[in-house]
Amino acid sequence: MGSSEIFVVVMITAVVMVLAAIIIGWLLAPKSKNAQKGEPYECGIPTRGTSWLQFRPGYYLFALLFLMFDVETVLLFPWATITKTLGPNGILAILFFLLILVLGLAYAWKKGALEWK
Amino acid sequence: MLEVGGILSWIHEALSSSCPEWLTLLIEYVLIGVGFLALYALIALILILLERKVCAYYQCRLGPMRAGFWGLLQPFADMIKILMKEIIPLLKNDKFLFFTALFLVIIGSLCTFGALQFSKDLVGIDFNVGVFYVLAISSLGVLGILLAGWSSNNKYTMIGAMRAGAQLVSYELSSGLSLLTIVILGGTMQLSGLIEAQSETWFLFQTPFTWIAMVIYLIAGHAETNRGPFDLPEAESELTAGYHIEYSGITFGLFYVGEYVNMFTIAGIGTMVFLGGWQPFHINAEWAAGFNGVMDMIPTWLWFFAKAFGLVMLSLWVRWSFPRLRIDQLLHLEWKILMPISLLNMLLMALWVTVLVPLFA
Repeated sequence: MGSSEIFVVVMITAVVMVLAAIIIGWLLAPKSKNAQKGEPYECGIPTRGTSWLQFRPGYYLFALLFLMFDVETVLLFPWATITKTLGPNGILAILFFLLILVLGLAYAWKKGALEWK
Repeated sequence: MLEVGGILSWIHEALSSSCPEWLTLLIEYVLIGVGFLALYALIALILILLERKVCAYYQCRLGPMRAGFWGLLQPFADMIKILMKEIIPLLKNDKFLFFTALFLVIIGSLCTFGALQFSKDLVGIDFNVGVFYVLAISSLGVLGILLAGWSSNNKYTMIGAMRAGAQLVSYELSSGLSLLTIVILGGTMQLSGLIEAQSETWFLFQTPFTWIAMVIYLIAGHAETNRGPFDLPEAESELTAGYHIEYSGITFGLFYVGEYVNMFTIAGIGTMVFLGGWQPFHINAEWAAGFNGVMDMIPTWLWFFAKAFGLVMLSLWVRWSFPRLRIDQLLHLEWKILMPISLLNMLLMALWVTVLVPLFA
C-alpha cells in the first residue's frame, strides 16, 4: 500500500473525525436560545463596531520576510539531499545563493525591519 | 516477538484469503483510518492527564485524584463533559470560515501525526520527500489558526490569531533549517531513510552540529505548539483565550486536542531525525556486542514512545519553568539569534560532510 493512499485515508479520517465530533456534540448537548449568547465575547462588555478592520502592519512585515526565507528553504532542500555527492564545488555554488539571502537579512536588520515598533 | 508487524501481516493474510480484492482493500483502508484515530485520541488523552499531573507536581499539588485510581480516568471525564456542552450558535461570525478553520487545524495535525514511524513495521505516510511533506502539511495549522481568529469577529481572537501567525511562521524557519541540516547529514529526505542511516549511531552522536540543530529544533518546535514561554497567542491574562475564545463545546475541544497532539508530533519528529526513531541505543564497538543484543530485545515501538515522551517531558518542564515572553522579545529571539545560528550551522554541517569527513576517511 502506497504512501499517497494512506495520506488520502488519513486526511478523510481527519474530516470524518471533526464532522462526527460536531454532530455528536450537537446531538448530546442541551440547547437554549438567548439573544445575548450569540454576541462576541469580550469580557461581558458589549462589543463596539466590527473587528474586521485595519491591523498594525508589523505582523505583515514579518509575514513577508518569512515568505522570502521559506522559499529559500524550499530551494535549499534539493541541494541538501545531494550535498555529499556534489562535494566542495556544490558548497561554492550554493554559497553564492546564500550570500544574496544573508545580504537580504542584513539589509532588513539594518533598516530596522526586525525591530518590533 | 513483541512487534506489531506480525499482527498486521496476519490481518492482511486473513482478509485476502476470505474476501475479494476490493473488499480487502476497503476494509484495510477503514482499519488504517480507525487505527490512526484511536492512536491519536489515546495520545491526546495521555497527554492531557500527563500535563495536569506534571503541572500539579511542579506546583506542589496532587492534581486530579478523584476520577478513578490516581485520577487516571480524568481525561475520559473531561471528554464526556466537553461533548455535553452546547456549541453556541454565534450571530456575527463568518460561519463557513469558522468551521473550515477547525477542519484545517485537525487535518494539519492528523496528517503530520500520520508521518510518524512508531516502530519498525508500523509506518504510516512515508513519502520520499518526507521531511518536506512534514514541513508543508504542518503549516496548514497556521492557516486554520489565522482563519479561526479572523472569522470569529472578536477583537481578542483577532489579536491572538495575528500573534499566532507571526510567531508560527517565524519559528517555522528555524525548525525547517534544522531539519535541513539533518537532510544534509543523512543525504535523503525520506524519514525511513533517515532512520535507517542511524542504525549504528544516532545522528545526535555523529556530529557536534546535530546538537545545535536539535536545541534549535526543540526551541522552535516548542514555540510552534504555542506553549510555555511562547504562549502569547493565548495569553489568558490579556486575551482571555486567544484565537479560540468563540469556540464552545467540542469545537473548542478539538483545538485543544490538536494542540496537545502537535506537541507529541513535534517530539516524535525530533525523535526520528535526531534520536534514531525506533532504533535501539547501540555502542559501536567490539566489546559492546552483549549490550547491543540486550538493547535489541526491547521492542522498537517502546524505544520510539520512550524517546518521544522523554522530549514531551522536556517540553512540559520548559513550559512550567519560564515566564512568558513579550512579542518583541519573541521575534528578536527568532530573527536575530536562532535564524543566523541555524544558517551558519547548516553551512558548517555541509562543510563537515563534504570536506572534513572525506579528509579523515
